[in-house]
Amino acid sequence: MPNPSELALNRRDLMVVAGACAALPAMGASAHAQPAPVGAPVLHDVSFEVNGRRHALSIDTRTTLLDALREHLHLTGTKKGCDHGQCGACTVIVDGQRINSCLTLAVMHQNASVTTIEGLGTADKLHPMQAAFVRHDGFQCGYCTPGQICSGVAMFDEIRAGIPSHVTADLTAAVVASETEIRERMSGNICRCGAYSNIVEAMVEIGGRQG
Amino acid sequence: MRAFTYERANSPAAAAAAAAGNPEAKFIAGGTNLLDLMKLQIETPSHLIDVNGLKLDTIETTDDGGLRIGALVRNTALAADARVRRDYGVLSRALLAGASAQLRNRATTAGNLLQRTRCPYFYDTAQPCNKREPGSGCSALGGFSRQLGVIGVSEACIATHPSDMAVAMRALDGTVETVKADATTRTIPLAELHRAPGTTPHLETTLAQGELITAVRLPRPIGGRQIYRKVRDRASYAFALVSVAAVIQRDGSGRIALGGIAPRPWRSEAAEAELRRGAKAAAAALLEGARPTRENAFKLPLVERTLSAVLSEARA
Repeated sequence: MPNPSELALNRRDLMVVAGACAALPAMGASAHAQPAPVGAPVLHDVSFEVNGRRHALSIDTRTTLLDALREHLHLTGTKKGCDHGQCGACTVIVDGQRINSCLTLAVMHQNASVTTIEGLGTADKLHPMQAAFVRHDGFQCGYCTPGQICSGVAMFDEIRAGIPSHVTADLTAAVVASETEIRERMSGNICRCGAYSNIVEAMVEIGGRQG
Repeated sequence: MRAFTYERANSPAAAAAAAAGNPEAKFIAGGTNLLDLMKLQIETPSHLIDVNGLKLDTIETTDDGGLRIGALVRNTALAADARVRRDYGVLSRALLAGASAQLRNRATTAGNLLQRTRCPYFYDTAQPCNKREPGSGCSALGGFSRQLGVIGVSEACIATHPSDMAVAMRALDGTVETVKADATTRTIPLAELHRAPGTTPHLETTLAQGELITAVRLPRPIGGRQIYRKVRDRASYAFALVSVAAVIQRDGSGRIALGGIAPRPWRSEAAEAELRRGAKAAAAALLEGARPTRENAFKLPLVERTLSAVLSEARA
């Protein structure tokens, strides 16, 4: 089976073309005669590393890191859910920390190192967190899953670094990767299918293995 | 989102100078609140000054034994700092009670102080809102006001300040350091950073155009039982209906500041004077002059009960 990105016209491109066709008749004949509107797009250079590969972009300043990843670099594993930082579907790891890629501009990440779901594992060699999700059926529709997995991987790094959470009983004691801790620390990732119990099981397994 | 030009500032004074001459310019650090508002065209800056490279991201111990927290210290880093966890537990707790891990990893100390209200009418550009569109009216007064303010509010605006961190810093007598375009610096007590809404709720702080927060200072530790109790609709990742930051000493005296009820972190010396008489007396003093709506009147007894729970915990 061909890789979807190798097809002449994939589903995404089809939607883009369809959208453009629909928009054309709405544009007046004089559209091109108008002066550039106030607030015309501004391009800015930025260069950063994604999954170990360097990318140099000249990009509209308004472009979020999420849109840069998906629309410019075609790394569509990272998902756009709410686009307002509430759902966590867009979670990626930047310089070792999980963030909402929808709430940050691409141009703000000069020389940053970004890891997306594509950089964590491949279909042939799953990341342990991905394998645990498969074993525990940690998803239904799968849309939140890349964000859940990036978030979960970075969460265990936070626990190892001794960062406390809202449910940590003693702020000065070592942090333990308990189920309660995992649930609190994953509250920025919403799963509307409600696969939470299986997601937590997968993460508890990973946490137990990492001690 | 409206188009904007973008620059990376390389010194605090240069950032302030770049912003001072352009009322349409905004600083951007974490961006977690500003970008959200820009997508909705509630904020429409024509120029962004990225301050992330300013190296204001360290926490230093000061000569008087306090802390100087750089404006760009991320919320996660501040909450996890060993000195904060040991000596300013209420601040660590408040930070960890706010937002999600992803947001705390980006959100900065100064940005947290300057975040805008989450009043639903401020966010809905189809509705009048005096804070967003001065003079257009307040939709919240007769609308859905369950989350909104009960004290320190005005006829023009009943929005709350949404920060948890600022509530703890208020209890700890934090002060804000700034730099202006002419490179002069000044120190503002946190109590004087946020304005009362009055008839001009769109004016939220006492900062001048272009004035940049460079740090927050905390005085030397005062010990005591340090507690942050946040009451909200979900167990995690929700704004406070009522929150209490408390530093209670062994003799029952102490300091309290509240979140979720006012346009700024709410602290009352009169209430602190009543602390040893219990939650009922302290809450009555604290809520003197409160003017809730029908929908948020429940916050008055909730303040007393939350305070009562905090005082019990402090005695335990």
